[in-house]
Amino acid sequence: MKIDNLFLLFAAMMAVTYIPRMLPFVLFGDVEFPPFIRNVLQNLRYAILGGLILPGILLINEDPAFGVIGGTVAFILAYLDIDVVFVVTGTIGVMALYTLAV
Amino acid sequence: MANYQLNLDDSLRGIRSAIGLGIGYVPIGVTYGLLARTGGLNFLETLAMSLMVFAGASQFIALNLISTGVGPVQIVFTVFMVNLRHFLMSTSLREKIDGGNKMLEMIYSFGITDETFAVASVEDGEVNPPYMFGLNLVAYVSWAASSGAGYLLGGGLPTVLQESLSIALYALFIGLLVPSVKRNSGVLVIASLAGGLNSGLRLVLSPGWSIVIGSLIAAVAGTLIFGTKVDTTGNGSDLNEDR
Repeated sequence: MKIDNLFLLFAAMMAVTYIPRMLPFVLFGDVEFPPFIRNVLQNLRYAILGGLILPGILLINEDPAFGVIGGTVAFILAYLDIDVVFVVTGTIGVMALYTLAV
Repeated sequence: MANYQLNLDDSLRGIRSAIGLGIGYVPIGVTYGLLARTGGLNFLETLAMSLMVFAGASQFIALNLISTGVGPVQIVFTVFMVNLRHFLMSTSLREKIDGGNKMLEMIYSFGITDETFAVASVEDGEVNPPYMFGLNLVAYVSWAASSGAGYLLGGGLPTVLQESLSIALYALFIGLLVPSVKRNSGVLVIASLAGGLNSGLRLVLSPGWSIVIGSLIAAVAGTLIFGTKVDTTGNGSDLNEDR
């Protein structure tokens, strides 16, 4: 099937991407959640981060060691309180060496 | 309440916080641009999708579906499913953003991606609308520019570079998570649990649903384990500001 109007498709994609991002702000307005829910929502930030890392990092390369090594390097750099910019660039550098070595 | 419209310091703080993210987007954006060209999109279409949709995963999925001849309704539905997690992100982030009116909320919520969510989430204390605009600006410009650059590059990056760059966003996520882990080990428990659940649920559910359900279970478990009296995140609560 050839899609005739890609811009129409993009507009529809834009709507289904934007609406879930915007809706909670409109829907919950000035609602003050009870402490339990607020705590869950705080925890959710870290839970989602965990879910964005795993299992994705193990699947970026056919070689799962790539993700394990990359993740470990990033963890160590971040643990040493290195700025996140250098955590990213440093990990890329190490993985370039790893790719060349393997 | 402060005058947010003119609050340059907070905008600059948002911009500074977004630099790592801006770098992390480059390889992904370039890859998207390359694939879009291979998939038969022209330059304007490639750029338009990045500017209009502004969602990495959704754009890759759309490219894949367009090239395999899937119909537009199915593409839009798939993108919607993939984006459900952003509902959770906005719900959670809403608690952390101080001030602003409906109008501002409706503008900056356009820019809530996995990565801008992650950066804002781990900031100390609350953030405000000018911060969100600064953060979004860097993310948006980086994403659009690297998409266009990828298209124009055409030939592609050397394999070594392409492979090593694929770690960038994961390094970003880990780099953002670790400082919170150091402050409170409960964060590691919650994040690991969510990652484990997401990995397991991926076997039976679509990625869109597995991250939503996995994260929710882990977040509720975290509250049940660590309780609501103590702010397990050490972050963003007016009850327990430990900075």
